[in-house]
Amino acid sequence: MFQLILEMFTYPFMVRALCMGVLVALCSALLGVTLVLKRYSMIGDGLSHVGFGALAIATAMNAAPLAVAIPVVIAASFLLLRLSESGKIKGDAAIALISTGSLAVGVMVVSMTTGMNTDVYNYLFGSILSMSEGDVVLTGAVSAVILALFVFFYNRIFAVTFDETFARATGLNARLYNMVIAVLTALIIVVGMRMMGSLLISSLVVFPAVTSMRTCITFRSVMICSAIVSTVCLVTGLVISYLYAAPTGASIVLCNIAAFFLFTALQKLRESLQSREKPL
Amino acid sequence: MSLISCDNLAFAYDGVTVLHGLNFKIEQGDYLCILGENGAGKSTLMKGLLGLKRPSAGSVTFGEDLRAREIGYLPQQTPVQKDFPASVREVVLSGCLSGMGMRPFFGKAEKERAARNMEALEITDLADRCYRDLSGGQQQRVLLARALCATKKVILLDEPVAGLDPLVTINMYKLIERINSEMGITVIMVSHDVQAATNYASHILHLGEDRQLFFGTCEDYRYSAAYHSFMDGGKAVHIWKKAQVKKPAPAAGAAPAETVSAPTEAAPEGTAVSDAAAEKKESPAAQEKAEKEVRK
Repeated sequence: MFQLILEMFTYPFMVRALCMGVLVALCSALLGVTLVLKRYSMIGDGLSHVGFGALAIATAMNAAPLAVAIPVVIAASFLLLRLSESGKIKGDAAIALISTGSLAVGVMVVSMTTGMNTDVYNYLFGSILSMSEGDVVLTGAVSAVILALFVFFYNRIFAVTFDETFARATGLNARLYNMVIAVLTALIIVVGMRMMGSLLISSLVVFPAVTSMRTCITFRSVMICSAIVSTVCLVTGLVISYLYAAPTGASIVLCNIAAFFLFTALQKLRESLQSREKPL
Repeated sequence: MSLISCDNLAFAYDGVTVLHGLNFKIEQGDYLCILGENGAGKSTLMKGLLGLKRPSAGSVTFGEDLRAREIGYLPQQTPVQKDFPASVREVVLSGCLSGMGMRPFFGKAEKERAARNMEALEITDLADRCYRDLSGGQQQRVLLARALCATKKVILLDEPVAGLDPLVTINMYKLIERINSEMGITVIMVSHDVQAATNYASHILHLGEDRQLFFGTCEDYRYSAAYHSFMDGGKAVHIWKKAQVKKPAPAAGAAPAETVSAPTEAAPEGTAVSDAAAEKKESPAAQEKAEKEVRK
């Protein structure tokens, strides 16, 4: 088995997938913590559907997929943020409208042009074969920006996530931070969509954060733990998908589900130990 | 010069005026309680003081060494915070951000400040506990410590006892009183608890019907039309009123009000703070005594 894993990395596309995957997993886990805590989990899901619509249109127009998808998804993320801030349409309803709407547009465009081919299948469920050198470079750049921003603005991101009103009252530009987070989410979703597929990418945002919140009690440890969980699950999922010729995206999500149940069990165990200690 | 003064202040949403004709001054060391029914514009005024809402007319002027962002703010709890994974230390430290400029990380000064405020509010032993596991009263203390980290002079409290049980409520009021008298920090509190307001505050601002119904010392407030119109509303309040009749009024109500307002008006800027703080230290004791008498 060890031999098989070594052999796995002799394929350049596997190495590419691993590099890209680890970076995407790391960044989406960090963003996920703030998104989940701010009750914006579904934004990731909504944006990925918008991404599918954009990719379908790009294919129909014979344009470069990412060049079309990135601006469209960033615009959608601003729109979603504005809608949930203004409160005219409630946040979750707005996301449902936009995500199903763009999915419908995507399906319509596909059926009118190329029909349901493997390209469309890859957009929906992801493929590690579809990634080029350029994608890896783009992923590297995006994740470098995200990691740097998270390190330098860590304390401010915490303040804005925990209590936006207080943060604004003490002079932080909370709206700017929200917008930056929305743009970064849009970027990481478009980039990660190639590998995970637009239907599965939001799991990378939500799962690690929720998993690490089961056991961690400080914000810093939630961040670190979710980054680690996300990376470990991605690598394990990738290996499993190689060994058993399983779909990559689905394998990674299944690993995340396993991690979630593991952490839940740990939490239950700890609780029962604590309650047993108390009466004494 | 006053710490905060509002002249002819008005606020509007989408062109509709919700609050107008506000004229009041807050001096260093005051304990101002903003009263009013739901929808009276208390929250709007608060946002205005914090600089989160622009006035539609008039102005808020801050004293020489105060800016809007230097007001420590205790907001009402949001649903997001109820299950937030963060340690008490992290939450309190986040209050220090306002004074850091563009510096990305907390330095020694900020950490000491957070530790000092945790000590003052007796939550040092909770520092490594998770915020979501604390009781309502403890959470409120943590947020109060955070507010203190964000200011040297003024804290603004938005219904600090909402959802707390009676015993914890009394402790919370005592704590706020101590912050005011011992640390010399000006307190602005939004509340609809008239009883507590008149017990603890030195000044009252009563809002209603889109405008300012009363502003003045707590003593004057008891004789005002605004006070009586507010108090005649509910049955429980009548019982309280009876108790007030028995109370030796000047000893209880007047003492804190006078000691605070007199020196700040008369004394020069520099000494006002310490005078007010020193004299106020005696007044809570007198007040508590009076309260006990009433209970008997």
